[in-house]
Amino acid sequence: MSKRLTDIICPFCGTLCDDIEVEVSDDGKQILEVYNSCAIGSEKFLHAQSPDRITRPRMKQEDGSWKETTYEEAAKYTAKILCDAKKPLMYGWSSTSCEAQSTGHMIAEQVGGVLDNTATVCHGSTLIAMQDVGIPSCTLGEVKNRADRIIFWGCNPAHAHPRHMSRYSIYSRGYFTGKGSKSRKIIVVDPRPTDSASLADEYIQVEQGRDYELLSALRAALRGAQLPDKVSGVTKEKIYEIVDILKGGRFVVIFFGMGVTHSLGKNHNIDMAIALTADLNNYTKASIIAMRGHYNVTGSGQVLGWQFGFPFCVDLSRGFARYNPGETSSNDLLMRGEVDGCLVVGSDPGSHFPIASVKKIHDIPTVCIDPHTTPTTAVSTCHVPVAIVGIEVGGSCYRMDNVPIESRKVVDPPAGMLTDAEFLGLVLKEVNHIKGVAE
Amino acid sequence: MNTVTITIKKQPDLFLEADCFTPDALAGKKADEIAELPVFIGKTVEKIGDYFTVSGETGPTADETRLVFNGDFTKVKYIGARMSTGEVVLNGDADMYVGSWMSGGKITVNGSVGHFAATAMSGGELNITGNAGNYLGAAYRGDWRGMSKGKITVAGNVGSDCATFMTGGEIEIGGNVDVHVMTHADGGKVIIHGNAKSRLGGQATRGEIYLFGTVDVMMPGYVKAGETELTIGGTKAVFTIYDGDQGERHPTRKGLPIYAKLYLKK
Amino acid sequence: MTSILIKNGFVIDPVQGIRGDKMDIAINDGKIVKNLSNPDKTIDASGMVVMAGGVDIHSHVAGAKVNVGRTFRPEDKLQSTYAPYHGIRHMAGGTSVPTVFKTAYMYADMGYTTVIEAAMPPLYARHTHEEMRDTPIIDEAALPMFGNNWFVLDYLKRGEMDNAAAYIAWLLRSTKGYGIKCVNPGGTEAWAWGLNCLSIDDPVPYFDITPRQIVSGLMEVNEYLHLPHSLHLHSNNLGNPGNYTTTLDTLKLSEGIKPNNNFGREQVLHHTHIQFHSYGGTTWADFESKGKEVMDYINSHPAVTCDIGFVTLDETTTMTGDGPFEYHLNKLNHLKWANTDVELECGSGIVPYVYSKDVYVCGVQWSIGLEMALLAKDHMRCYLTTDHPNAGPFWRYPRIMKWLMSEKARNDVLATMKNEDKVRDRSTLGSIDRELTLYEIAQMTRAGPAKALGLGSSVGGLVPGMQADIAVYPYNPETESDPEKIEWAFSHAKYLIKSGEVILNDGEVVSNGNKKTYWVDVKTTPNRQVERDIDQTFVKYYTVNKNNYEVNEHEFMKNPCVVQIDAIQ
Repeated sequence: MSKRLTDIICPFCGTLCDDIEVEVSDDGKQILEVYNSCAIGSEKFLHAQSPDRITRPRMKQEDGSWKETTYEEAAKYTAKILCDAKKPLMYGWSSTSCEAQSTGHMIAEQVGGVLDNTATVCHGSTLIAMQDVGIPSCTLGEVKNRADRIIFWGCNPAHAHPRHMSRYSIYSRGYFTGKGSKSRKIIVVDPRPTDSASLADEYIQVEQGRDYELLSALRAALRGAQLPDKVSGVTKEKIYEIVDILKGGRFVVIFFGMGVTHSLGKNHNIDMAIALTADLNNYTKASIIAMRGHYNVTGSGQVLGWQFGFPFCVDLSRGFARYNPGETSSNDLLMRGEVDGCLVVGSDPGSHFPIASVKKIHDIPTVCIDPHTTPTTAVSTCHVPVAIVGIEVGGSCYRMDNVPIESRKVVDPPAGMLTDAEFLGLVLKEVNHIKGVAE
Repeated sequence: MNTVTITIKKQPDLFLEADCFTPDALAGKKADEIAELPVFIGKTVEKIGDYFTVSGETGPTADETRLVFNGDFTKVKYIGARMSTGEVVLNGDADMYVGSWMSGGKITVNGSVGHFAATAMSGGELNITGNAGNYLGAAYRGDWRGMSKGKITVAGNVGSDCATFMTGGEIEIGGNVDVHVMTHADGGKVIIHGNAKSRLGGQATRGEIYLFGTVDVMMPGYVKAGETELTIGGTKAVFTIYDGDQGERHPTRKGLPIYAKLYLKK
Repeated sequence: MTSILIKNGFVIDPVQGIRGDKMDIAINDGKIVKNLSNPDKTIDASGMVVMAGGVDIHSHVAGAKVNVGRTFRPEDKLQSTYAPYHGIRHMAGGTSVPTVFKTAYMYADMGYTTVIEAAMPPLYARHTHEEMRDTPIIDEAALPMFGNNWFVLDYLKRGEMDNAAAYIAWLLRSTKGYGIKCVNPGGTEAWAWGLNCLSIDDPVPYFDITPRQIVSGLMEVNEYLHLPHSLHLHSNNLGNPGNYTTTLDTLKLSEGIKPNNNFGREQVLHHTHIQFHSYGGTTWADFESKGKEVMDYINSHPAVTCDIGFVTLDETTTMTGDGPFEYHLNKLNHLKWANTDVELECGSGIVPYVYSKDVYVCGVQWSIGLEMALLAKDHMRCYLTTDHPNAGPFWRYPRIMKWLMSEKARNDVLATMKNEDKVRDRSTLGSIDRELTLYEIAQMTRAGPAKALGLGSSVGGLVPGMQADIAVYPYNPETESDPEKIEWAFSHAKYLIKSGEVILNDGEVVSNGNKKTYWVDVKTTPNRQVERDIDQTFVKYYTVNKNNYEVNEHEFMKNPCVVQIDAIQ
C-alpha cells in the first residue's frame, strides 16, 4: 500500500508551489509518483531516488581522485579553511532552508566571511534598484484576484516558472477575475519571440539591450511628452497604444526576469521599470514583481536582512557588516583575487559563474555542500553531500513575493546522511572550538 | 605644509584596506608612529610598516599635511577616503574608494583609480591624470544624496555609472565615458570631452551634461530646446540644448518645469 | 537560577504606588520575591533609579515590512556606527531600522524587556515570528491586522458576530498572534484599487461596509473573545491636516462598549500614535495642533487608552499597514517608495522620511506629541512610543523623557528652530510649564502599557510574584538637575534583569537572555459555517494552501508562551 502526501512544497523555483502531492511507498522510503508539479519539479523529487547519489563527504586527493571521509572530519576541514582564510567567501544559500542559512551566518560572523547568495548573478540588480527607488509590489494572490493587465518583461515563465501562469498570472480565476485569462490582457516584451510571447495579446520586440530607453519612453508617454518616431525598435504609435492599454486597466502587474536584470544597465533597467510602475499608480493601480529563480533565494535575502541589514553581498570580514555590490559581490571578489577560501552551499557557481571565477574557486580551498554532484563539486577540495531540503528535510522558504512557506519532509534521506543545517551546526561547533568561544 | 612620503615595499597577498591614509588621520604623527598604525587584510590586522616605508613629517594639523604615495597601489583601498582637508598626491595607480566621502582638501593622482572614487563627495578637489573606474562621484547604494560639491577632473576615460544621484559639484572628463552618466541627478555638472555611449541623464530631474564628442544612443525623454554658444572647459563651441528627462517628475519654478539639460556640441 | 538582591535604589513602581523610596528588590527563580537571605548576587543600586523593565506597546521591530525597510536602505547603516561582533554580542547595525540584534541590544540599554510588534500581516506571520525568534533578550508578541481582512469585512457587514469571533480566534491561533490590530479600516482594501477611506463613513469599495462598522464590530468581537488586549487601532485619515474630526468620530465609537476580560484591562479601545491623528487646518499651510481637543476627549473617557508616536526630529523610515498613506507621503518627499498589498488581508508601505526641525510642519508635529502627553491627566492611559520607526527610532525614548521632564529642554529645541514663532503659534506647547515626574514616566513606559496589554499581573511592576524584569538606571533623582543626564541615564541602564537573568551587568551585555513570545489561544464554540468558509476561500482565492498557512509554534517561536482563554458561549 502506498501513501499519498498532500500540501507538499516544491523546492525548485521561486514560484514555490505548495499544492504538490507525492505518492510514497508504504515504508515511507520511496517516492513513487509526483502530482500537480511541473516537469522540472517532478524531476527534482524523482531525482532524489537516484541510485548513484553520493551519501558521504569526500575529499579531493593530490591526484584529483576523491576519498570518502566522515561528516566530523569534513566539518573540521571546513572550519579550518574558514578560520585560516583571511577573507573567506561563503556563497550560495538559495537552495536551502532559512535555518541552514542562519547557522551559516553565525559561522560567518566568527570567521569574518563574505556572505553572498545567487542574487549576485540573478536578481541582485533588482535589489540594487529597490534600494534606489523602492518597489510598489503585492503578493501573487493579488495578481490572481485582481490583475487585468499583465506584462512579462524579459522573462519566459513558460520555461522558467512553468506553473506561474496557471497558479497566479494568466489563467488563474480569482475574486475579481472570474473569467481567468479572458479577464486579462497579456503583454510580453522580449527581444526574442519566446513561448511565453506566443501566449500574449501584445508582443513587443524590443531591441536587445535597449529596455531602459523603452521603459523611459513609456514613462514619457504616460506624462504626455513627445517621443522620437522609434524607440528601441518600437514605433511611438505602439508605445502610446501600450500606455493606453495599461492606463485602461484596473490593476497592472509587471513581472520581469533575467532578460532585464543582466542585460546592459542591469539595475537601471529595473529602476526604470519600478519608476514606471510607481507612475502608473497616478492613473490606476500597479505593482511589479521579480521572477526570482531559486526556491529560497528570497529567503536568503530576508535572513541576511534581519540579521545584518543587507540582502546580499554582505562582507563581515572586519567584524561588522558592509555592503557594496561591485566590491563585495562574489564574482568581483573571485576575479579580483580578494578571497582566499570558499564555502558553497546549495548552489552551483561552477555552472553559473564566468570561467575566471570558477578557476579561482578551483585554486583556493573550497568546500561544497550540495546533495548532488555538480560542476562546482568538481572544482572543490571537499564535497559534503546532504539531505535535500523540501524532500528529505523541511524548513522555512520564501516565495518570489516574499511569502514565507514551511517546506515539508517527504521521505527519509539515505541512511546516515546529515542535513545541511546539521552539518553547518557541526562546523559552527568546530569554529567555536578553534576560536575558544563558549557555546 | 609638511610632507610625509609613503612608499609601498611589499604587495599584499589579498587587498589591503588603509582607512587611515588621509591627512586627517595622520596629522601630528611621526613617521615611526604612522608605521605602527593598523591596516586590514580581510579579518587580519597588520601594520602600515609591514607594507610601506614611511618618511618625512606630518604637519601639526591635517590642513598643513601633504601625503605623497609612491608605487603601485592597485591592491590598496580607501586612499584619501573621508578626508576633509590637506593634500594627497599619489604617484601610481590605486584601487577602489579613492577620495570617497571626501569633504575637502585636494587629491592628485598621477595614474588611474579603481571603482567608487569620490563616492558621495561633498567638497574638495580630485584630479586624475589617468582613467577612473565605475561609479565615479556616485552616491552610495540606496542613498539619494550623491556628490554634492567639489570638483573632479579625469584626463582619461571613465567607467559606467558616473555621477549617479549627483546634486552639485562638477566632473570634467577628458576622454570617453561608459553608459549611465548623471542617472537620477538633481543638480551638478558633468563635462565630457570625448564620446559617450548611451543613457546620458536618464531619470535626471536637474543638472547639466556637456558633451563634445558623440553619443551612440540618446535617451528618448530628451527634447531639443534650442542652441547656444558657450565656453566650456576653456573651449568655445556651439551646443544644441536638450531638456529632459521628460519621463521623470520635475520640480517647477514660477509654474514652469525645470529640466536637466543636455548640451551636445554641434 | 541565581537569586539577586538589588539594594538601596530609588524604587519607582506605579503598580504599588512607590514613588522613589529607598528600598531593596529581591529576585529568586525568575520572579520578584518579598525577601531573600543569602543572595547569589547583590547589586548596589545606591544613588540609582530602579524600575520594572520597560514595556513598549507599539513598535515595528519584526516582519516583512520592517525587513524591507532594512534591506532597501543600505545608506541607513552609514548613519551610525555598525557595532562590531564582540564576545556573545552579535554585530549590530542600522540606524532607523536596526537589525534584530541591534534592536534587542538598544532596547536592553534603555531597560526595556517587553516589546509588541504592532502590525503582523497574517500571510507573513511566519516571517514576523522568525525575526522575533532571532531577536535576543526581549519578550515579544505580535498583533495580526484585521481591519481590511475579507472574512472580517464580510461577517461584520452582515452583523455575524459569532462568525467574526470564530474566524478571528482561528486566525490568532494560526498566526500565533496576540490581539486584534486594525490599520486604516477599509482604507487599505480600498488601496488595492488605488483608493482610500478618509472618514469613518466612506464605504469600502465592493465590500459595502464602512470603517464605522469595522471598528465597532472589532471592539465588540474583542470583548466577546475576552482577549487580554483591547482593539489596537490606527484609525482612518492618518497624517492629514484636519484629521482630528475623524479621530474624535472614531474614539466615540467606544462609548457604550464594556471591557470583558480576566486580565485587569479596563479599556475597550487603544488608539495608537495619536499624535499623527490630532491635526487641524485644511492644508499644510494652515496646519495646526488639535492635540488638546483629542486629549480632552481621552482624559474624560476611561475606556480609551492611547500611545503618542512622538516625532523625534530625526531622519527615519516610515512603515505602516496604511498603504495609501505611504503613497501620499512619497508624493510629498519623492524619496523611494515600497508597497506590498497582501491578498485578502492587508497591505503596507515604506518611505524614508527626514523630520527636519527647520521645516515648520515637522516642528509642529514634534510639538503636538509633547503637548498631548503633557495635557494627559492619567498616564496610566497615555504611553510613550514613537511608533518606531515612523515618528522616530525607538532609541530616542530617553530624549523624549528629557523633553517631557524638562521645560528648559523643550525650549532649547524650539529656540533652534528656523520657524520658531510659527511653530509656537500652531500648538499650545510653549504655554505648558508642566514637567513630568519619573513616576509618570514609569506609568507611561511600564505600568500603563502592561495593564493595557493585559500583562499587568506579570510585567510592568515590581510586585512580589511578578516576572523579574528590572532596570537600574545611573540617575539620582535627589541630586540631579541637568536634563541632559536624563537622556544619558535612560539610554545607559547600568543593570538589566530579564526573567531573573542578568542581561546587562555594569552596562555590559553579558547574556542574550531567554526571550519568550506570547500568543493567544481562544476556544470558541465550534462553527461549521466558518470552517467551511475558510476551506473554500483558501481553495478559491488564496495562493497558499490552508494546510501550509499555520505557523508551527515549535519551529518558529522561541519559548512560546500561550495565553489560554475560554470564550465558548
